[in-house]
Formats: sequence, C-alpha cells, structure tokens
Amino acid sequence: MPDQPPSPTRLTRRATDALEIDPNGPRRRVLVTGLGTFWGGRVAQALEANPAVEVIVGLDTTEPTVELERTEYVRVDANYSILSRIVRATRVDTIIHTFLVMDPTQMSQRAMHEINVIGTMNLFAAASAASSTVRSVIVKSSTLVYGCAPEDPVWFTESTPRSRPAREPIERSLEAVEGYVRDFAGDNPHVNVALLRFSNVIGAELETPLTRLLQLPVVPSIFGFDPRFQFVHEDDVIKSLLFAFNNDLPGVFNVAGDGLLPWSEVAALCGKRTVALPPVATGFLTSPLRQLGVLDLPEEYEGLLKYGRGVDNHRLKNFGFRYEHTSTEAVEAFIRAVRLRKVVGENEPSYRYERDVEQFFRHSPAVRKDRRQA
Amino acid sequence: MEQDDSDSKQSPSNQTPGTPRTPTATPAIRLDAAELLNQEITLEEALNHAGSGAGHGELVQLPQEEPRNPDALDDRRRSDVNEWGRSEHMREIARRVYDPIYKHWFRVEWEGLEKIPEGGALLVANHAAAIPSDAPVIMHGIETKLNRPVYGLADNFFRTIPVVGTIWNRLGGLPAHPDNAYRLLREQDQLVLVFPEGTKGPSKTYSERYQLRRFGRGGFVEIAMRAGVPVVPIAVVGAEESMPTLFRVPSIARALGVPYLPVTANMLVAGPLGLVSYFPSKFKLKVLDPVHFDVPADRDRYSRSRVMDESEAIRDRIQAALYTMLRERRSVWFG
Repeated sequence: MPDQPPSPTRLTRRATDALEIDPNGPRRRVLVTGLGTFWGGRVAQALEANPAVEVIVGLDTTEPTVELERTEYVRVDANYSILSRIVRATRVDTIIHTFLVMDPTQMSQRAMHEINVIGTMNLFAAASAASSTVRSVIVKSSTLVYGCAPEDPVWFTESTPRSRPAREPIERSLEAVEGYVRDFAGDNPHVNVALLRFSNVIGAELETPLTRLLQLPVVPSIFGFDPRFQFVHEDDVIKSLLFAFNNDLPGVFNVAGDGLLPWSEVAALCGKRTVALPPVATGFLTSPLRQLGVLDLPEEYEGLLKYGRGVDNHRLKNFGFRYEHTSTEAVEAFIRAVRLRKVVGENEPSYRYERDVEQFFRHSPAVRKDRRQA
Repeated sequence: MEQDDSDSKQSPSNQTPGTPRTPTATPAIRLDAAELLNQEITLEEALNHAGSGAGHGELVQLPQEEPRNPDALDDRRRSDVNEWGRSEHMREIARRVYDPIYKHWFRVEWEGLEKIPEGGALLVANHAAAIPSDAPVIMHGIETKLNRPVYGLADNFFRTIPVVGTIWNRLGGLPAHPDNAYRLLREQDQLVLVFPEGTKGPSKTYSERYQLRRFGRGGFVEIAMRAGVPVVPIAVVGAEESMPTLFRVPSIARALGVPYLPVTANMLVAGPLGLVSYFPSKFKLKVLDPVHFDVPADRDRYSRSRVMDESEAIRDRIQAALYTMLRERRSVWFG
C-alpha cells in the first residue's frame, strides 16, 4: 500500500460537518469502486451534489481523474484486500460497484480477471460480513453477458438466457461477476441489489473499442453483414446509476437507448465509409493489422459485427426512468465531440490529483465549510 | 427518411406497436413518477455543482452542449431499417422486382384472404421446395393485398450467410426465436409467418410431396397462446413442384455445415442456374379459418398435451385442405 487510507473516524466527522443536515430521512453513506475510472469519477461527482448523501468513499488503484470536492479517495490494490476493513470502519450503507473492466484490449487477461472476478468476490465478501452495514448494492455490468450468436433474439430481456456458452475471457469474467452478485443477493435478502447491464456506451468522452473503430479513416465491417447496434449515451449511464441509487431499484435492468441502428448507418452518421473484412477466419486474416496496431478488434466484437445485439429497455422505463438520448442521438453526440476535438485538440480537463491539496481542502480547519449552494 | 426508432415513432407500415401491455413493475414498488423526478439529480446539476468550484484549480472542460430542444425529438436516421431489421424501402424494391414473378411466373391465386384478422396473427403454412418459394409468395401476397407487413421467421442458418442473411433480414426475415414472435404478436399486433415443419419441409424429396412433416414440438401453438393471438393456417399448393428435390446428399451437407443439400430437378434442367430458378408451377393458396385458443395469455407454461393436440389438429387441417386442393387440381402448371 503506497498510501494509507485517511483516518475513518475523522473522515466521518468532518464530512458531517461539511454538509447541511437533511431533516428528512437517513442520509446515505456510499462507497464507490473505480473512483479513478471515468465511471467512478462521474458517479462520485454526481453524488456530491446530492445533499442526501453524507459520505462518499471512493476506491481505486489509481488517483481520481476528475475534480472532487468531498469524496474521500482510498488507494487500494486491484482486488480490494483491505476492503472489509474499510466497510467496517466507514459503515457505508451503499456500494456502487463501477470498477469492472469492459474493454479487454486495455489490459492482460490476468489483470482483468483480478479486477473483475477477484475484486468483485472480495467486495461482496466484505459486504456480507456479519458486521456489515451495507443495505444497498448497485453493480455496473454489461450486455456483453448476453453474448452474441446467430440464434439470438432481436431483443434480450433481463431474463433471456444467452444462446451459447461464453467463450471470451471478458464475457466469462462478467458471468462470474454476475454469479457473485446473484449469490450475494440470495444470501442477503435484506440488501437491495441492483444489477445494471449497459449496452454499447458512446458519448462525448468515453473511449471504447467501438468508438476507436468509428474514428478510423474507414470503419471496418464484416463482408455481407450489417448488424444492428444499440447504444447508450454516457450521460444516461450515470443517470441510470443514480436513478437506481435514489430509488433502490431491485433486480436486473438493461440500460440501452431506444432503437437499433445498422452498422452501416452508424458509420454514415459518423461520415465514414465502411471497409469489409473477410467473413470467415476474420481474426486470422486481420491479425497482421492487429500486429501493426491499425485495428484493435476484440474477439467478442467480431460476433457483434456479424449479428449485433439488442436489449429490451422497458423494465427500467417501467420504473419511471427516462432516457435523454436514443441510440441515434448517442452516436450523434459522439460524432459532434469528435468533430470538436479534431479542431481544438484534446481539450480534456488538466486536473491532477494532489494528495496534500485534497487533504487540505477536506480536513484543514482553515477551510470554511459553510458554503451553501443548490 | 422515415424512421421508427422508439415506441412513439413508427413507420406507417408498422401498425401501432406501442408500449407493452404487461408492465413488469409490481404494484408494491411502483413509484409515483413525479416523486421520482424530484428525487432524481440530473447530470447537468451534478456537473454544474462539481464545476462550480471547490476552489482548487480551474476545471477546464469542453464547452457543454446546448440543451436539446424538447420538440426536436425526431432522430435524423439515415435509413429506414426498423427495430427488426426490416426496411420498407428495400421491401418496396423487392416488391417491384418480385411482382412480375408473382403474377406471371407463379400466377398466384389466393382464397380466403379476408379470413386474416385485424391485429396480430400467427400465419402457419406448409413448407416446400429446396429453396423455399412459398415464403416470398405469402409475404408478397399479403403485403400487396392487405397492405400489412409480414415478418417471416426462419432457421438461424440464414443469418449466418453473408449478404443473403442481411438481405433476408431487410426484407422482413427474422431468426425463429420465441421472443421475437411474442414481441411482434403481443406488443406490436403484427403478422408473423412460420413454417412449423422447419427444414424438414423443404428437405423432403419429390416423392414425399404434400406429405406434411411433424410440426416441430408445437412451439408455434404455445407462442400464439402466450401472445393471445389466433393461428391462421394456410395451405400452399404449387411450391413443391417449383423446385423439386430428387435426392439429398447428407454427407456433403454435413461437410458444408448446411441443414440439407438437395439435388433438384431444376439443376438437371438448367445446370448451376437451377440453384436460383424455379419451374413455373401454378400457385394456389387457401387461408383456412383462424384457430382461437381459449386460454389466458402470458402464462409461463401451457398444458403440453393441449399444445400438442392443437398443433396436431392444425396440421391435420392443412393436410386435409391440401388433399382437397390437389383433388381439384387438373395441372401442375395451369392449376
């Protein structure tokens, strides 16, 4: 452990001081995993704005990349070995588990296994300890768990089983994760568990294998196939996680924008032409391109480029959730951001986490905490 | 270009799909929508809050996009491919190309088209010809005569063939998955065409013509029961002679990974062209009385024996209708 976690007792007291007390109802104490990732950071930012949230503890192996005001960052190792201590010490009542790797190109299979499977296992072990105060768990999973096969239905509902057993490491690891979620939910009926399965996420900022494909000079497709894709805007992802948090949604939910777009149309929306890859032995024949780093197409996306995948989003809607973006609008938001970046360059926030500065703002008596704002 | 992306927006060719009739929310957890809206924190608020300054460092952010005009809800779609992969535009082209074949080659005649009810219905027909000629005839006929789209469910094998699979899908073909049928029938009141014989129908040889195979495991009856729609049996005469199979070559079929590999009379007559050309047999189609099942919809399971009985009864009726039509047929080519 390079850094020690901040003293838990102090953390609690100061955070309470910092906030106006909401007279109605209990205030939530939330643990967010993957604070250094895009999702964890955005979720924590959004939670900070919620006065009903008393404490936000963020875990990650890396430092936060977004500016946070009152979230307490704890550096942990990838599989959360000290997690039960943190849960015990901070007495969190909610865990938002965003630290799951969905993009297998970003790391080795082993590292992904550590984060997804072992990390989740330890997380739930800590949450189900006898002294645990956890009453609500929200997990950010992916529609990758449905797989992709020719015999698939056009729309997967939350209860549709996948057509073929999972073969790719990412899908297998997510299956294992969901298995832990189910076991945990079964063993702890007093805990509200929400499992959100997100479709292909796209938007202004996030980089995924699909957004990389769509930014190539020509967009790869597979000859003779024009599968239909569903997208969900990154803002809707955050919105749905908060929706699940605020309403204690129970069960499994697909999160995906309305509508399915043919891949050719997605490329057209991005102003790109498609170039056909061979339909048989795609992996083998494109391996030279992979070696050159031109094409970075994970195995599970080969299937997707043939058969696509649609998920039914009615269940979440029936609980009152409203999407801001359809699939088309999500792609348009993405391409508008790409156009802007092309002109002004990578105008990303140049925020850097400085431990001393953050500690000063959170815990120094010199900082006045009576700032009130909507 | 028209589009039909979400529930509220559908192309005219798709009749009132609408929202599902069966909300999954249980009463105990159904929350007041207004209450939900109040509790919810929008992302903008969150971002504004985060950006409005803890005081360290200026947060440099890409300029936020203008809030969307709530009236401008129409997606600017580039194609009219709908949620099922069907494109009315492609269908229109196909109708124009196929119409002369339908009218002048097969000289299709329908009987009892008026029996196809309003709303969702599961069309069930006998299946024949090495490359089935009955599906396009039925779909074209109903689309042109009743001006309603027909979705054809077929073996998943179709979907794995490059080009063919995509075109098939754009023309209204779908993999035969119960979920697809249920959603089309129950939630969108569409017409769905299935061939319960599956590949056993088109793979039979000429000597077995008009002898219906087993109707699967009665899955089609179960779907119709669950969706609460009638089954409309259709007897098709003419498809068998349009591309008769002389014999099958199972070993090559296995090697190629295809469901069956026929040697057809068309191949003997026209060589390789025989793969794609039909004999001009006269098509006659007879729509039989719809079968309504007097059971509640949306059950998880239905009595197996009841399902099999209904399935067998429908099969018998189609078989009987075929025999009647064959008794009256004077010529394969002229009807």
